[in-house]
Order: sequence, then C-alpha cells, then structure tokens
Amino acid sequence: MNKTALASQESTGEGRRPSVAYARGTRSTTKSKSPIIRAVDVYKTYQKGKLKVPVLRGVDFQVEQGEFSAIIGQSGSGKSTLLHLLGTLDVPDQGEVFFGEQRIDNLKAIKRDRIRNQEVGMIFQFYHLLPELTTLENVLTPKMISTGTFRYLLNRRQYIERARMLLELVGLGHRLNHKPRELSGGEMQRTAIARALISDPTLLLADEPTGNLDSQTGKDIMDLLQRLNHDEGVTIVMVTHDNEIAAQADSVVRLVEGRVQKSRNQAA
Amino acid sequence: MYKLMLAWRYLRTRYIALASIVSVTLGVATLVVVNSVMSGFTHEMHKRLHGILSDMELMSPGLGEIYEPRAHIEEIRQALDEDLEALSAVVRVPALLHQTVNGRMITQQIILMGIDDQTYSQVSDFTPYLLNEQNRKQPDFQLKNEGYDGRLGEVGWPYRTQKAEFEREQRRLLEEAYGSKVTQAQPEVNAEGHEENEFAFVPIPVMPPVLSTDDESGKPQQVAADSVMPQAADPFKAVRESEHTQIFDPATQQHPGIILGMALANRKFRDPETGDVRDVYINVPGDDIQITLPTGGSPPRPTFALCTVVDFYESKMHEYDSTLAFMPLSELQKIRQMFGPDGEGTVSSIQIKLKPGADLEAAKEKLVAMFPPDIYPYQIQTWKDVQRPLLAAVQLEITILNILLFLIIAVAGFGILATFFMIVVEKTKDIGILKALGAPSRGVMSIFLSYGLSLGFVGAGAGIVLGLLFVSNINEIAGLVERLTGREVFDPTIYYFSEIPTIIDPYTVVWIAVGAMGIAVLASVLPARHAAKLHPVEALRYE
Repeated sequence: MNKTALASQESTGEGRRPSVAYARGTRSTTKSKSPIIRAVDVYKTYQKGKLKVPVLRGVDFQVEQGEFSAIIGQSGSGKSTLLHLLGTLDVPDQGEVFFGEQRIDNLKAIKRDRIRNQEVGMIFQFYHLLPELTTLENVLTPKMISTGTFRYLLNRRQYIERARMLLELVGLGHRLNHKPRELSGGEMQRTAIARALISDPTLLLADEPTGNLDSQTGKDIMDLLQRLNHDEGVTIVMVTHDNEIAAQADSVVRLVEGRVQKSRNQAA
Repeated sequence: MYKLMLAWRYLRTRYIALASIVSVTLGVATLVVVNSVMSGFTHEMHKRLHGILSDMELMSPGLGEIYEPRAHIEEIRQALDEDLEALSAVVRVPALLHQTVNGRMITQQIILMGIDDQTYSQVSDFTPYLLNEQNRKQPDFQLKNEGYDGRLGEVGWPYRTQKAEFEREQRRLLEEAYGSKVTQAQPEVNAEGHEENEFAFVPIPVMPPVLSTDDESGKPQQVAADSVMPQAADPFKAVRESEHTQIFDPATQQHPGIILGMALANRKFRDPETGDVRDVYINVPGDDIQITLPTGGSPPRPTFALCTVVDFYESKMHEYDSTLAFMPLSELQKIRQMFGPDGEGTVSSIQIKLKPGADLEAAKEKLVAMFPPDIYPYQIQTWKDVQRPLLAAVQLEITILNILLFLIIAVAGFGILATFFMIVVEKTKDIGILKALGAPSRGVMSIFLSYGLSLGFVGAGAGIVLGLLFVSNINEIAGLVERLTGREVFDPTIYYFSEIPTIIDPYTVVWIAVGAMGIAVLASVLPARHAAKLHPVEALRYE
C-alpha cells in the first residue's frame, strides 16, 4: 500500500485501486511505519507589504501510513502554512517535502496539481464548496478535474455511484441535490469530506475542520474522521488550535512561532 | 468537464453577463442588417446600371459621329469573335423636350437615344422596363390600344382618339362662338384690328380642356401640344395647317413614336392632407410632344420634331428615368439628317454585349488595340468605367460602415472584459478551491475562455437570428416605424424602390459571427490569465 511509484500512477490514473475502497473496507487497517509525507527543515516567509514575516523557521514533520496526526498551535504559529506545504498548495522557501520517497516541492506546477488532485484530499475550516454546484456535483469536482470530458461522460454513472456512496458514508445520502447555501455547517463539512475522499487519496489534510462548527457538530465531524482513520485506514493530518480536539489524534505536533516545540506520540 | 460545467453555471447565474451578450447581439444584428441592405442596394444598383448600360461601348464623344457603322460592327465582330454576344448601333444626342402642362410649355433637357428596336434589347435591359406589355415582348414604337400599366389609367389609342375628338369639338365650339377666324388665319385677325384681335386671342389659353372625369385621381388635365404651339407669328401657318389637317388625323394617326423616361413625364408628390405619395403625369402615352435637337454634320443646327409618346421607360434608376428618351434609330437619323457621304446612316455609339463569363477588360483592350485613341476619335469604355465613381463610393461606404460597426462589437468586447474581471474577482475563492482540488492553471483559464466563447456564441447566434428576422421583415418594420413616427423611412419619392432590397450573403453572416466570437474570446483572455495566475492559498484566503 505504499504509494511511492507516483509516475506510474499518473499515467494509469484510474483503476490503480478499487475505486470504492473506502466503502468496502478493502484497504488494510494495519498501521505500517513508513512515512507517507515528510517535511525536512522547511522555511517559509510571507511578504506583507514591505515587511517580511517568517512563518516557518526550520520545521521537520512526518506522518506515517495510517496515522492520525494533529498539528496544534496558536494563530500565526504557521500550522496552516505547513499544511499547505504538505498539500502542495504552496512551496517552501527552503527545505524539502517528500511524498513517500518522491520529493514534491520542486516539481512542476502541473505535476503538483496532479498529486493534489489524486493523492491528497483537503478539508477546510470554511468548507470551500463551489456555490453554483449541488452537493453531488461538489463531491464529483475532483473527478471532473482529473478525467477528460469524454472519459468523464463515459464513466459518469460509475463516478456518480461512488459519490453517492461517499455521501451516504458521511451521512448525507438525503442531500444529494442541494446547493451549499441550503446546507448547515456540519453538512457542508461532511460534503467537503466526501469530496476529499472521491479520488481515493493517500492522505487527508484537514485545516481546522471543526473550527467553524458548534461543539456537538464538531464532535460528529471528529467522530467521522476517526472512523475514516480507524475503519478505512486513511492517513489524516489535522490542524487545530483546540487541545481537546487534538487529543483525539494519534500524535500531536505543537508549533510555536514557526518551530516544532514538542511532539507527542499517543499511539506509541 | 468541470470547465464546461462551471462556464455553463456562470453563464446561467450571472445576469451581468447578459448585458455583454445583449451588446454582442445588437452589434451582430446591426452588422447583418446593414450588410444585407447594403448588398441588396449594391446588387440592385449593379444590376440596373449594368443592365441599362450594356457591357461595353465604342462611342464618338459629344455630337461626334461614327461613319460607316456597318463596317465598324463587322470589324468588332471579328475582333471579339467568340466573346461577342450581341451588337447594336445607337445615336445618342442631347435634346430638349417640350411638354405642355395646363397650357404652359415646359422644357426639359434630355438624352435622346435612337435605338434599333431589333438589336438594342439584346445588348442591354430595355424591354423589361417598358410599361406596355406588348412592348416588353418586342418594342416597335407604335402606339398601342391596350396593355399599358394600370397606374397610367386609360391611355394609348382610346385616349388619343378621345382627345383628338375633344379638340375637334372644342375648335368647333370656338368657331361657332367667335367665327372661324379664331382657329384659322390668325394673321387675318391681326390685320382686322386690335380689339377683335385681343378678344379673339384670349380664350385659347385660359380654357383648359376637360378630358375625363377622373381629375381626382391626380391625372393631369391635357392640353394638346399643337394647340398652344406658337402660331401667331408664323406667316406660313395657314399653309402648314392645311397640310396637316388634311393629311394628319390625330385620332387615327401618330407622329414618330418616342418612349420617355418615367420621371420625365411623372411627378411624385406627397399629398399634404393624406400624406400619401401620389403620381401626377404630365404626359401619357397618346400625347404628342415636341423636341428640339441638333442636326448632324458640322456645325450642328437646331431642328424640331413632333413625336407621339408611345410608352414609358421605368428602370427605377432616377438618373436614367429622368434623362433618357428613346426613338427608332432610323427616325432619329432622318430628323437629324445623319448620313455619311455614301448615304449610310451614321451613329454615335456601338454598344456591345459579351457572352457571360467573358473577360471585360481583355475585350476592351482588344478594341483599344483595334481603334487606337491616337488615330480614332473614339472612346471605348465598359459599364464599370462609366459608373466607376458611383461604384467606388458605394464600396467605400460599405467598407467604412463595416469598420464602424465592428467597432461597436469591439465596444461590446470591452464590456465583456470588464464583466469578466468582475466575475473573476467575485469568483477568486472558487478559483482557489478549484486549484486546491488540483485544477491546473490552464484548466482555470479555459473556464473563462470557454465562458467568453459561449458568450460570443450565444450573442452572435441571437444576433444573427435577430438580424435575419429583421432583414426578412424589413419592409414591415419600415412601415411600422413610419406609422409610429409619421416619418417616411424609405421615401419612394427619392429612391424609386417601392421596397427595401436586401441580400443575405451566408459568407458575410459567417464572418460576422466568427468575428464577434473572436472578439468575445479575445476580451476574455486577460481576465482568464488573471484567474489562472491566482495563487491558490491567497485565493482561498480571499473574502
């Protein structure tokens, strides 16, 4: 299950795995110890007007296959930036990011787009659903991006079936044709989680997934993420500023002013 | 797939984009309409100009004459050989036309054409423009009993006979009242004394003869030309009169036939009360007119002739309808005494028609080589040479109109540009989301490019439909505008077209559509590039 042969996956794309892996639980739930994503001594500085704001100052971070890891820290500690680097949304000024064995921070934009689309699922605090599309269409978006129009139309039924199943998995089987504005916060976040899972990613990145939800809904989302991690073996990296939420993860990394202050491994 | 889907959703949910579509639509519709009307006009004009003018002519400028026309024709026939379709010799001479309106004589300047009725209609469109149906088949310059266009009312022989009888009756009444002196020997009246003389003279011009009861239709009241012709000062009047009255009976006989351009005899005017355009005829077929024209030979002297109007010529090109009159070639040669030393009648121009597809310019060069301008005083010109300034002006007009109208679409393009920038800014977060989901920059760019293309497509499509609908109903629309505003859109007193001519050229329509879509896509390139360059993290953070 180690996803290192990215090049071959890029070319074959579809069919490299059973496409309904999560629902059928075919994925191995054993937690191997190989790091699936690894950041080595990364630096990142943002330019704010004339001011240079250092966000990450030499961070080392790694997550193993099947692990549920939390990054905790205060606002401005650089935890979201680290997540963006892991998710290839951004590139570090210095340092390296590896996906499995492959270095990904220096790849061409189009290849990083591909990794982001196929290997990484992302969940955001503000859900980030497309307002023009229905729940089902939002979930299908990454599939539409990864396949050409013709192939998409050809396999549409299969994709829709999978999206429907994922929505049922997150408990939204009855909300398929609603627009995001007709959904509650929790429902939107569930939609976002289903969307993150459609490409059957190796890694799920969650940026404050409960940050905008009330405690009960937040708890439901956390239960869902834990279930995904536990039952389906999805590797999850979650960013949060809430210690209580972070406590539910296997391991916690605390960032303070752009540096790793301490890491705790609960599973170990 | 997401590109098409999102472009479609944006198209459906952004009403501001409709404004861009409407501007493209209007621009395209205007272009289609203007091009159709302009090419309709051009085509109609070309057809008429070309039809009237024959393909080419060999002419002697001014009052010059071509001697031995038969030999010339033979030479031309040999030179052009295969390309030649038909030839016709004509006499073209400036003349004065004298018409009598309510007892007053008016004189107009005309170009009198002496034509051979057998061959002339082979070289140019002549017969289709005649108003008598028998003449349309074969003109013969004889007054007809019937077959005239309905607009003219009852004309031809019945009218002429009635008129002659009326005049005879009028003369009889005058003779009864004032004695035979009134209408006959004016000099004698003169000799008898002033009082009688004045008394005798007065009634003639002030008594307009009433011919028929249909005065309300606008038909002019007729006065016989010869009854008002200057008579008093002519000492040989008595002799001529006796000759004419004995030999020539206007009720059954006619002078040499003449076909007048419609606008020479017809006046269109707008009834001040009803606002309708009405036709008034100064002359109708059956009336006699007089012409003054120069004789042949040098120097030319003026000569006169009485002619009977036998038909009208209505090409609807005002330039021709208001200047041309046609007579039989032989009659005109006789009147102008155009004879060469060998006794053969001379002509002023030989008109040539080429076979369809023949090269006009090459044929012209052959003729120029045969009759070099430094030896022969001839002018050889094609119909395009004759109408070059007009054709060039119209072409220029079309070109400039097209440029101006494409500028309108370019303005619509800037509208699209502005709208798209707005939409890109509004959709910044969505663009960030798409990129976070792995959409490549090119994909994001093509969302907006296909958005622009579909705007152009919808706009151009709607514009073409609108334009074609407008063109096919243009006369109804003109009528509607007329009713609403009370202003004539297409004034028949000016254009002599009863309907607005239109031609839809499919190529032009396709080019307009392609151009409009091109402009729409071009206008969306900048916003699309802007969208593609957005950084995903910053775009996601955008609120």
